[in-house]
Amino acid sequence: MELISPTELAKEKVLAVQEYTLLAIQSVANVFRKPLYLADMVQQADLIGVGSLPIVVLIGFFTGAVLAVQSANTLQRFGSISLIGQLVSLSMVRELGPVLTGILVAGRNASGMASELGSMVVTEQIDAMRALGTDPMKKLVTPRVISTVFMLFFLTIISDFVGLAGGLMVAKVLLNLDARQYWSNAWQSLVFEDVFMGLVKPVLFGFIIATVGCYYGMTARGGTQGVGRATTQAVVTASVLIIVVNFFVTQFLMNVLKYK
Amino acid sequence: MSAPTLPLDAAATTTTDHSGIAILFEGVRLAFEENEVLRGVSFRLPLGETKALFGVAGSGKSTILKLALGLLKPDAGRIVVLGNDMTQMREEDLFELRGKIGMVFQESALFDSLTVRENVAFRLMEERGIYDPDIDRRVREALSFVELEHTVDMFPSELSGGMRRRVAIARAIITQPELLLYDSPTGGLDPVTSNTIVELIVKQRDVYKTSSLLVTHRLQDAFTMATHQFDKQANRLQELPRGQYCDVPMSFLVLRDGKVIFDGDIHQLVHTKDEYIKEYIS
Repeated sequence: MELISPTELAKEKVLAVQEYTLLAIQSVANVFRKPLYLADMVQQADLIGVGSLPIVVLIGFFTGAVLAVQSANTLQRFGSISLIGQLVSLSMVRELGPVLTGILVAGRNASGMASELGSMVVTEQIDAMRALGTDPMKKLVTPRVISTVFMLFFLTIISDFVGLAGGLMVAKVLLNLDARQYWSNAWQSLVFEDVFMGLVKPVLFGFIIATVGCYYGMTARGGTQGVGRATTQAVVTASVLIIVVNFFVTQFLMNVLKYK
Repeated sequence: MSAPTLPLDAAATTTTDHSGIAILFEGVRLAFEENEVLRGVSFRLPLGETKALFGVAGSGKSTILKLALGLLKPDAGRIVVLGNDMTQMREEDLFELRGKIGMVFQESALFDSLTVRENVAFRLMEERGIYDPDIDRRVREALSFVELEHTVDMFPSELSGGMRRRVAIARAIITQPELLLYDSPTGGLDPVTSNTIVELIVKQRDVYKTSSLLVTHRLQDAFTMATHQFDKQANRLQELPRGQYCDVPMSFLVLRDGKVIFDGDIHQLVHTKDEYIKEYIS
């Protein structure tokens, strides 16, 4: 393996951040430029949204269920088992719904975007597209970013809902609690700040997933091995960024919304 | 007849009148990190002429095509294509200019998730947004030009290398561009398929009078182009008598170590005194 000097490494990293920032800005700016490629957006929305639905539902349901199982023991000790609906609902809506859905979609779609675009780069299809007078940023990147942001928003709502349903199943079947009480507890504990926080996050995470996936795809070099590397890096970077950004966004929103 | 050429690597000469010139390179330099690929390349391609680019692997031939298309930007020098100074243009403005240029890539670069029909129609579909009967007619015309009408609903992976190259030519010519760039269009193909491709290139040159820049490793292909004309009536290539070679709008350019070492017609090429070129063409 070739050794790189620290200066060169720092330069490479700064260049990567610069290129990523430019791609992210351009992907948003293209929304206001024609053509819009609506058909491509719908196709991507189907691939990202409908395609991810089964795993999001499955993971959301069992996350809600395991959350109820794990917390039941502790709540019982304090005689607060009736608060299980509140605990599941707040955890799912504020944190687990957006973060888990984001990481799942990152694993499935950031990798897909990186490998698809990466293959197009190494087989000169991106150059061919530019040669044919089409801007690959407009045709390939912007529809993916818009579709991911849009679909992740709804996937998160679905994940939150099925998570609550998972908690309900545990509450009713294993803990013999009243279903109506669970639902009203879960529903009434949610305030505007919880829902707002839970719906802002998927928008940011969707943007991160699509821009990171597209960035690694568009900058893939070195044939099939390079495409494989880009795919792995896209998933790792998108997942790590989601976790890190989640912390800062939570802090920021809590301060802004004066949340207690 | 071949137009007069610039003095080799005349970096200092600046041409302001671009009429009658399809491509003009003036002192173009380009380096990839430490490796300087082009070291002051200058040449011009007059309108209607085909210029064959020769040189060993890594001499910068494909780079010249990418520069002419604006896919790469030079570190220094000037590139004028169809009257537009590419070095001064933004990427957004280049997309419009590229509509007048067709490019055939080395490995065809067909979109593998699209059918042959969608590949060939790509540029027109992008312009109009829908696949209408007029686009269908033009797709069939372009495919008939390369004799591949029957592949219209096939995917690139179902085609042979030669067929893919011909589809790439159909995709490049569908809008009848003013300039065509060919990157090793016959590379890796058998002699029969290569001859078919050469015939298509000559047909495009002689029937539609399209200017073209052609990168090739196969000397015999370029010599065939320089010594033959397309007979529209007979629908095939016809060899010219030896004295009429200069009537063919064809010239040659040889690169060595990132510099132009020869730019002239077939007569000048075969009578060159340069030992390197003599060895190269022998």
